[in-house]
Amino acid sequence: MPITYTSGEQVEVYRFSVPVTVGVPLLALFLQAFVPLRFPFFSIFDLPLLVTIFFAMARRNPVSGLLTGALIGLIQDALTHRAIGLYGIAKTVVGFGASSMGAKLDAENAGARFLLTLGFYLLHSAVYFTVARGMVSLTLDWSWSRGVLAGLANAAVGVALYFVLDRFKQRT
Amino acid sequence: METVLGRYRNLIILVGVLFLQVLGLAVQVKRTSDAESTRLIRVWAVGTITPLERGLIWGQTYSGNLWHNYFYLRGVRAENRQLKEQIDQLRLEQVRLNQDAEQAHRLQALLSFKERYISKTVAAQVIGSSGSDQSRSVYIDKGISDGIEQDMAVLTADGVVGKVLTVFPSTSLVLLINDQSSGVGAILEKSRLQGVLRGTPNGEVMLERVMSDEQVAPGETLLTSGGDQIFPKGLPLGRVAKVAGTDSGLFLNVKVKPAANLGRLEEVLVVLAKQEHQATAEGTGRVRTVDIMAQRLPSVPNKPAVSAGGAGIGVPGTAANDGAAKTPTVKPQSQTGVKPQTSAPSVRPKPVESDTTKPQGSISMTGVANKAATNPASGVTSAAPPKTVTAPGKPAISRPKTVTPATGTPASEDDSH
Repeated sequence: MPITYTSGEQVEVYRFSVPVTVGVPLLALFLQAFVPLRFPFFSIFDLPLLVTIFFAMARRNPVSGLLTGALIGLIQDALTHRAIGLYGIAKTVVGFGASSMGAKLDAENAGARFLLTLGFYLLHSAVYFTVARGMVSLTLDWSWSRGVLAGLANAAVGVALYFVLDRFKQRT
Repeated sequence: METVLGRYRNLIILVGVLFLQVLGLAVQVKRTSDAESTRLIRVWAVGTITPLERGLIWGQTYSGNLWHNYFYLRGVRAENRQLKEQIDQLRLEQVRLNQDAEQAHRLQALLSFKERYISKTVAAQVIGSSGSDQSRSVYIDKGISDGIEQDMAVLTADGVVGKVLTVFPSTSLVLLINDQSSGVGAILEKSRLQGVLRGTPNGEVMLERVMSDEQVAPGETLLTSGGDQIFPKGLPLGRVAKVAGTDSGLFLNVKVKPAANLGRLEEVLVVLAKQEHQATAEGTGRVRTVDIMAQRLPSVPNKPAVSAGGAGIGVPGTAANDGAAKTPTVKPQSQTGVKPQTSAPSVRPKPVESDTTKPQGSISMTGVANKAATNPASGVTSAAPPKTVTAPGKPAISRPKTVTPATGTPASEDDSH
């Protein structure tokens, strides 16, 4: 049974089948954990974040967006040795923001997707660092150059990934 | 009221979800053992993700083995011959190292030094990582069922990798030494300066707690000090890459290049058991420094034994002088109430072949002791059957065991008087 979400009237709302809804986030988490072993530079990417943004923008429903983000973030937290909730909170905010933006903007073209992904990557980093420093007292070094570079790389990969994932969209 | 709830429904849910997560985070931060409080979530997440990784690794290994074992056997014969030659050379090297190890063992005995050796390890495959730059850790395919426990050391042939942080039924989470929450007791090989090796937020490894007035040379090797009670002493950690002062000026900023390639880990060894060894040489009882020095230093040789009624004059400081001077013959110390000093390092004879391989600076009086052992006239030495001496982790070698008196006086010199 497909999962459906409804939202605004002007923009089109998409749904995804259960295998895609479950499988794509799991695959993203798996690749995020596995690929850096062979290609260390891959850790600069955040595939679970890109998947969160994609689903949130496609469904255009803030509640489903934030819940998707929270779930993916919590699983991502569970794979680390840090406290559970750091990625959860950051991706909840991003999921909510992406679905809210998706409901107001036409995020189908590559340029808009690139900018949105870049913006949400920086938002994600800001929330993560704030919570990590403020609540867990982690010593994290923020580098603007590295952050922006990683944001650009994630945005570029995100645009390509979104076009692949667009094939799984189902019109409501 | 309903309209307000309906209007701000999304925001209320967002705040609610965030509040729940913040609450959960606060609980974890308050409890020091957050690993236990969130274990169920971690077990589920790891149980979901790691089977995929394990399957992929298995497939990769299987196909790799198929290629290497069946299709890629060219040059194996030549390689085999070359390896055999290498084994022969290594055997010779091993003999020399056994000598050195035994000597070090005896010296440790003098210091009552407790050493920990790796006695049991298990090989494990790295199957995944945390996938985050903020958590530098990897998953291995061995867990509780394989005897893995928390805080076990994890190594590669190159050096230390990290320690086991969390154990699951069939997998374990290993915290790498470049994570900022890790800490390893370290010692510089040459200068013997000690410090703590820590990871930095950007994944580098730094040696901390080294005073700024100390001299640390780039390129110097860093070893585990064993002070953290996790890593056995003497394992390679890395090399000093860069040395700089800190802002405070008290400590040095010593950047270290890890010995193990932490970015490309495939197989690792988990140290299951460390054998705590109180280094002791043969024999019992404490050895006084003065006795050892007496053995090492040249002394006035004993006079030949005098017949009954004669005044037997012993060497100062020897048993013959101290306790048995009035006896008609020079007796071994073991018969005069003085402990036999068989545990002394310098009087144990070494096999003849060791003389050629022993490094310079050795303190043992090998040649003298051998002479003493073979001098039947002195009456103070006795040959024992060959004894097997085993260095930790190395095959046994056989060597003759000789009991000698504490004096260490060369028996052959008696003949000259």
